[in-house]
Amino acid sequence: MTATAETSAGSRGSQPPVPDGAVTVTVKIRRYNPEFDDEPRWDSFDIPALPSDRVLNLLHYIKWYVDGTLTFRRSCAHGICGSDAMRINGVNRLACKVLLKDLLEKGSKQTTITIEPIKGLPVNKDLLVNMEPFFEAFRAVKPYLVTYGNEPTRERIQSVADRERFDDTTKCILCACCTTSCPVYWSEGSYFGPAAIVNAHRFIFDSRDEGAEERLDILNDIDGVWRCRTTFNCTDACPRGIQVTKAIQEVKRALLFKRV
Amino acid sequence: MSLALDKPRQPRRPAARRSNGELYSWLFMRLSGLLLVVLVLGHLFIMNILDGGVHKINFGFVAGRWASPFWQFWDLAMLWLAQIHGGNGVRTVINDYARKDSTRFWLKMLLYVSMVLIVSLGTFVIFTFDPNISN
Repeated sequence: MTATAETSAGSRGSQPPVPDGAVTVTVKIRRYNPEFDDEPRWDSFDIPALPSDRVLNLLHYIKWYVDGTLTFRRSCAHGICGSDAMRINGVNRLACKVLLKDLLEKGSKQTTITIEPIKGLPVNKDLLVNMEPFFEAFRAVKPYLVTYGNEPTRERIQSVADRERFDDTTKCILCACCTTSCPVYWSEGSYFGPAAIVNAHRFIFDSRDEGAEERLDILNDIDGVWRCRTTFNCTDACPRGIQVTKAIQEVKRALLFKRV
Repeated sequence: MSLALDKPRQPRRPAARRSNGELYSWLFMRLSGLLLVVLVLGHLFIMNILDGGVHKINFGFVAGRWASPFWQFWDLAMLWLAQIHGGNGVRTVINDYARKDSTRFWLKMLLYVSMVLIVSLGTFVIFTFDPNISN
């Protein structure tokens, strides 16, 4: 329990035995500790890993056995909670859904994997960013059922076809992969961003909801859907396979033809 | 038959309050883009390929073209559409890339002033062009 031993060691102490079939990969991480660093810096770790490992396993290995100060978010680790969005080899992905075998270099060259925090949100420490601006835009589009008039005595029913219209956008897990892959969001933080528009879409095209006009008003703003440049970065980044750009185009069409 | 009466003081559905400026500018970009494809490619074809290409262009050629209201209108439409289309495009670029509000404001002012200058100068020339000017 000496302080000197702990600074270089991981949080779980000595390293486990290397399994059969493991390869050594270099994990290059963009790190920032606000207590010591003026600027973000790159840190590299050579660690053993199996091709069947996910990138999240590599981060766990580093945190548990090499450097316990590495900071990142993860919760369920199975692609559902959306906590571990990060920029892996330059594209936004969930670390728990990317397999090492898909990143391995061909031949005998050692693989280097670069991991950065998602762009466009303030970095708190290492890979952990402040998600508040992201959630602020999400809340601004009223992502909940809005109705007027008397409450019905029975449940609000909906046809299969009406449900189908917004099925794609119900899949969002708010990981911020799409919003932080958007160049417009990088350069100007006031754009609502793809994720907020996706969640507005989920209610605008819901036949049970009556708040479409209000949400469309909000998204018709200078910071709304018209800032979308249709670069498709968001669709490419979405770990849930949501057709994000298509959803944004559908909101544009609803505004253009004044019809939901 | 059902009686559709809401409870008193039930929240009312707010009416749409839209300022459609961004919508119209988005729409304008698409429509003017389509028109400009015809106008600009037609212009380039006439100026650079037909009848010996660029070497035929001189004062007399321009005077001959602008004697016809059709070509005056063509050039006027091209000038206005290209200026507003391009200006609106640069406006979105400034909106996206300027970091400070003051930078954004002054860059846009510079853009608007230059747009107004070029559009008015061009329009002035097209309408007041005198083919009999000496020297």
